[in-house]
Amino acid sequence: MSGMNNQGRPSSPHEASSGEAIVTYTGNRGLRLEEPLIFELDNSGACGVDLDEPETFTLRLGKLARKGRIGLPGISEPDVMRHYVRLSRKNYSIDAGLYPLGSCTMKHNPRLNEKMARVAGFGDVHPLQPQKTVQGALELIEMLAHWLKVLTGLPAVAMSPKAGAHGELCGMMAIRAALEARGEGAMRTRVLVPESAHGTNPATAALLGYKVDAIPATEDGRVDLAAFKAKLGPDVAAIMLTNPNTCGLFERDIIEIADAVHEVGAYFYCDGANFNAIVGRVRPGDLGVDAMHINLHKTFSTPHGGGGPGAGPVVLSEALAPFAPLPYVVHDAEGFQLVETTTQAKADGTTPFGRMVSFHGQMGMFVRAMAYMMSHGSDGLRQVAEDAVLNANYILASLKNDLSAPFEGPCMHEALFDDSFLKGTSVETLDFAKAMIDEGYHPMTMYFPLVVHGALLIEPTETESKKTLDQFIGTLRHLAKAAKGNDKGLFTGAPHFAPRHRLDETLAARSPVLRWQPPVPAQAAE
Amino acid sequence: MRYLPLTDSDRRAMLGVIGANSIDDLFRDVPEHARRDGFVDLPKRQGELEVERALTRMASKNVSAGSVPFFVGAGAYRHHVPATVDHLIQRSEFLTSYTPYQPEITQGTLQYLFEFQTQVAMLTGMDVANASMYDGSTACGEAVLMAHRVTKRKKAVLSGTLHPQYRAVVENLSEFANYTVEAMAPAIPGTTEDIIARICNDTSCVVVQSPSFYGDLIDLRAVAEAAHAKGALLIAVVTEVVSLGLVTSPGEMGADIVVGEGQSIGNGLNFGGPYVGLFATKSKYVRQMPGRLCGETVDATGARGFVLTLSTREQHIRREKATSNICTNSGLCSLAFTVHLSLLGEEGFTRLARINHANAVKLADGLAGVKGVEVLGDSFFNEFTIRLPRNAASVIDELVDKDVIGGVPVSRLIPDDPSLENLLIVASTEINTDADRAAFVAALTEVL
Repeated sequence: MSGMNNQGRPSSPHEASSGEAIVTYTGNRGLRLEEPLIFELDNSGACGVDLDEPETFTLRLGKLARKGRIGLPGISEPDVMRHYVRLSRKNYSIDAGLYPLGSCTMKHNPRLNEKMARVAGFGDVHPLQPQKTVQGALELIEMLAHWLKVLTGLPAVAMSPKAGAHGELCGMMAIRAALEARGEGAMRTRVLVPESAHGTNPATAALLGYKVDAIPATEDGRVDLAAFKAKLGPDVAAIMLTNPNTCGLFERDIIEIADAVHEVGAYFYCDGANFNAIVGRVRPGDLGVDAMHINLHKTFSTPHGGGGPGAGPVVLSEALAPFAPLPYVVHDAEGFQLVETTTQAKADGTTPFGRMVSFHGQMGMFVRAMAYMMSHGSDGLRQVAEDAVLNANYILASLKNDLSAPFEGPCMHEALFDDSFLKGTSVETLDFAKAMIDEGYHPMTMYFPLVVHGALLIEPTETESKKTLDQFIGTLRHLAKAAKGNDKGLFTGAPHFAPRHRLDETLAARSPVLRWQPPVPAQAAE
Repeated sequence: MRYLPLTDSDRRAMLGVIGANSIDDLFRDVPEHARRDGFVDLPKRQGELEVERALTRMASKNVSAGSVPFFVGAGAYRHHVPATVDHLIQRSEFLTSYTPYQPEITQGTLQYLFEFQTQVAMLTGMDVANASMYDGSTACGEAVLMAHRVTKRKKAVLSGTLHPQYRAVVENLSEFANYTVEAMAPAIPGTTEDIIARICNDTSCVVVQSPSFYGDLIDLRAVAEAAHAKGALLIAVVTEVVSLGLVTSPGEMGADIVVGEGQSIGNGLNFGGPYVGLFATKSKYVRQMPGRLCGETVDATGARGFVLTLSTREQHIRREKATSNICTNSGLCSLAFTVHLSLLGEEGFTRLARINHANAVKLADGLAGVKGVEVLGDSFFNEFTIRLPRNAASVIDELVDKDVIGGVPVSRLIPDDPSLENLLIVASTEINTDADRAAFVAALTEVL
């Protein structure tokens, strides 16, 4: 067969124009496709599944049979597929590029983890089927628990919390249960939280009725030791401290802080969001930590999924271990067993503070994290921390003269900049970040932590190559130079090339539209 | 190591730019005695083949639900999930994206969240829904906290047929947040008369599950009226959301907040998680809601777009004054829910519900014919409770030896009540064939 007939087909393009002014019939711009809401695709009569109507039978619904329609649209499988594929293309993702969100640890998500979580023996197992039919699942939970305990140097772990903030809640509940067991529950009413903490820390403490007392930071971005000590007293229940902290710095005085906390009979809660910087090199147990949640979706690479699901197991010290919530796994020669009820816990000699969730936690995330940890092993995990820290320091060193770094290095896994390099320009942190979108990057974390002005927090993670970092550094240098040269065009209307321009958040909040409503049919003419 | 792109020569060059002699230099802020020189005591790295082999071996020690006649429910249900769902949620752009804080480049996530919110509001018969919670049980706990905020009262009353683990979650959260919880005793079939009698002027909310933990359908209208008469809210709990295809929605019956477990649509069993919590309420309470909300707006050119909104309720803005400490939702699981429900549509979803109900009716009739078995309750969806002539836990164990996984003994969740020891909760969804049900009936007959 001959190939395509090319007769008359031009073989080189005509001179191009930017094309920005062209109005297309569809509103699409080539591969940039507009897509209506699923409800607007309704094609009543079409259906994306084939199910046979059951044979006639007598309903046993009492008086509760549904009368009206729900209002769901009818759409065939190819149209559903196309709708969500088109939506997916409006998203940035770590698979497609560097995702330097500080404090979020957007690293590569290996597909082996996905494959393992979907093996029928893990993915298609019910949480309440007989325990002798789920010995492998319980074994996996125990194995992951063991790895987390060894990596953190702490003797116990509560596996069930569903996310980082849920883990915080669990850890703080264990702390209050321990204080209550000592008869000091009522007298300890204050929790110390550094100004630079994640918002979840004060929110968690407040949920438990604690008064949140903020600790100021020093000039070098760490806890002000003197101010902290001045706040200690017999009414303090705990300190909630992130280490490495949210400025990307290791708290040098951590052991002195832990000792001082313990001296007044309080506990040390460590926010483990930044464990990626130290995994395999530093064990939080050696720093005096009593409780720390581990975001499996950060350090151990379970995918972020557009905002969850995560998983937040909490490691606990000897003092807090007896209060760990239900359920937990035990094992003996007979095999593995879940301790699920207070009755069983009593027989096992523990005093759980209660239960955080139904069932046993985020098993799907446990399998993914285990596959990741086994792949790395003890040697690879140590290398993870080292490369994460190396990459962040490379960015800090490469950009400190172009952007402005509020604190001296070395940093840990993330590099913090402030907006003083933008002083005198009309460009703000937000504009700078939005201009990065036009360059093909997801922006870094902005305006957090709160301890520096106009923060830009960059966490590259260990899964970026030097070549990728060099291009990223080049881009930021270019943008910093343009900002200083007051090349406003790059910034004020940015992003120009994204599926949407800047969105009106004020409008969204002032008159919230939180769902689609069917269009009101036009009044029939009288 | 396959996940790490840096080579040794990259590392040396980068240390040079930084001006550090070694990687240890970068860790110099760590107190000396906490620096570990060697590796922690765990196995070394493994190739993909080795990891796959080891984990598959571990998985093979479990009996997967699809490999035997399977009738387990009690808060998680095995349904068929179309292949399209898993393909779409594994798209890189959904799977490996973060929370949509930069709306210009995350319209994909934001738009499906908006669609999800609409679907949940439609199913539950409520005005608005949030972008999902961790799961049904934590959604239930948060609903009770929200009712306290709305009513400025501190006492919740829980139905005796609420899932015992949901009850435990609510009790735990309430105890730590200094609220009172009063829980009724289990009653089968469920009733609301006992709850109605307990509602008083300091009750913030009543929490009623339908279909109940024991499977029976509960008419919420009377309890809604009684709660409203005393200024309390009705929180309705739905752990089998497929039921809403056939049963009157809680919104229609007067619920103020509806929470649910959305696992049944789009999500596998996964040994208990990750699942997806549903949370819906009336428009007037929207600013007291926990969790993320996605809202419609326009961009600078006037084009329709979506953003996370009303975030002044949330911890990253309000810190200790937030409505909840929650930071994430269950994004990808809510996408699975939305894709599956879009495939089903009105016609497929209501038919799926009818198939489930028909299968459960057939199973109930089959089991009722087994000597010594009594089916409790006469209105249910796809799950019901039976009384056996002896201890249900041991019967379930013996059924496993006959390759049937026959349900959940109530005593597994409520171990201390001898009156519940012989009760077994049994579910039948669209996955069960006539042959499965026949195998169950035959095995049970033999065991008894």
